[in-house]
Amino acid sequence: MNGTVKYDLVIVGGGSAGLAAAVAAYDSGIRSILVLEKDKYLGGILLQCIHNGFGLHEFKEEMAGPEYAQRFIDQVKERGIECKTNAMVLDITPDRKVHYSSLEDGYVVVEAGAVICSTGCSERTRGAINIPGTRPSGILTAGLAQRYLNIEGYMVGKRVFILGSGDIGLIMARRMTLEGAKVLGVAELMPYSNGLNRNIVQCLHDYNIPLYLHHTVKEIIGKDHIEKVVICPVDDNLKFIEGQDMTFEVDTLLLSVGLLPNNPLLEKIGVRMHPKTKGPVVNEDLETSIPGIFACGNSLHVHDLVDFVSAEGRLAGKNAARFLNGGLGDDTAVIDIAPLNGIGYVLPSLTHLDSIDDTVLKFRVKQPYNNVYINIKVNGQSVKRLKKPYLLPAEMENIPLKGLELQAFAGDKMEMTVEVEES
Amino acid sequence: MKELICIVCPRGCHISVDENMNISGNTCPRGKEYAINEMTHPTRMITSTVVIDGMELKRLPVMTSAPIPKDRIFDVMEEINKARAKAPVKIKDVIIKDVLGLGVDIVATRNIS
Repeated sequence: MNGTVKYDLVIVGGGSAGLAAAVAAYDSGIRSILVLEKDKYLGGILLQCIHNGFGLHEFKEEMAGPEYAQRFIDQVKERGIECKTNAMVLDITPDRKVHYSSLEDGYVVVEAGAVICSTGCSERTRGAINIPGTRPSGILTAGLAQRYLNIEGYMVGKRVFILGSGDIGLIMARRMTLEGAKVLGVAELMPYSNGLNRNIVQCLHDYNIPLYLHHTVKEIIGKDHIEKVVICPVDDNLKFIEGQDMTFEVDTLLLSVGLLPNNPLLEKIGVRMHPKTKGPVVNEDLETSIPGIFACGNSLHVHDLVDFVSAEGRLAGKNAARFLNGGLGDDTAVIDIAPLNGIGYVLPSLTHLDSIDDTVLKFRVKQPYNNVYINIKVNGQSVKRLKKPYLLPAEMENIPLKGLELQAFAGDKMEMTVEVEES
Repeated sequence: MKELICIVCPRGCHISVDENMNISGNTCPRGKEYAINEMTHPTRMITSTVVIDGMELKRLPVMTSAPIPKDRIFDVMEEINKARAKAPVKIKDVIIKDVLGLGVDIVATRNIS
């Protein structure tokens, strides 16, 4: 089928965000939809997340990752939405031509009315964090080890140390323990964990796996394969504290040191990128700086719960349909949105005066807080103030702006800020 | 004295339980209930994989159909590792019935054709 074809909507990535987007676009009246997935199966990263706990918000039950994915695959199939697997998207142009290649179809250019990018995220690797020492085998990211074990059926090692307390690392600490490995510990550079509490408890405490907060890897020892890893505490400036080295004999070092939204195709065409999230800058409709190109899911910003990814995918699908059905109508006054004190990032980066009721702020705090207020201001004047008993960097916060009265500010240039206010 | 981190909600209260089951540190009644369960009969859901004889995929993800006693986790893992499944399999198909007489099945969590 080499050549050019036309679809109203092309969705790049058939994981949790893309599938939810496809369903929502269909339910908003769009019939000409194409989902392109590079893997052999739909479902994305959920397929290797065999642990349970997915779906509490979406389906009011807890299920394993592949089961959660299947719910959305079924919804897509019930609607007869066209999906191509083994289809790698190579280019997205500013005028919304999507180039993909697959064994079945060859090289195809799709002229799309709208494009949704739901391309997920990638793990940061050893290169991203500059670990000193030799370069032996046996060092890999936690998600890669997860894929080897849960999909391919290979154990990557028997004596394991984990650097970084991200959720995938914690999940893999338990998973490898259950399969007979000895997990010697988890080191976290920060004084608090980046993982969810329930994973700290059920993946580490349950199996007596120590968590070394404010520690990191000082050296890796091993010629061909990793033999030892040296862990050292750090001070408040994240410098090694001398004389407190701990050496562990290991055959595996797993890295769980953060995820980065995966957007090479958007970066290539100059879509404006967000300095903090590393995903694209979007407005309240999840539209990027190029009209008709939308982003959602972990390629927009890294989520902690897949349920929120699905919800975001739906929003992108609904808005892509609005775009196709006559436009988003974002012609009222622009409100820029920026993070202030204590906030790592906030999405969307802008909204419009008439869309306030449909705008939901999503943000993360930079550090844990107890008994504080979230203060939302417009041009320095507080418009919403919420008491929060606790805030954690591992938990994304959602604040709907529904009902906020901002007409008084109309006419001026409007800037909304979000900040933590300690009492 | 035993220290627990409550996982009922994300707040993560640090709860202390003494020898007489006096509970402190929780900020809500659900935390107290969690601490009592953890001290008297802790249970966990277990997820793993079993070998599947099929065309493409080599592993079938599985899960306990209900929580099992925490102190039986490794016994159940041994049974899971002995099991083999045969394609086609559908989500919720029973792979091991009533594992170790615990009244809980091991069920599939992925469709494999």
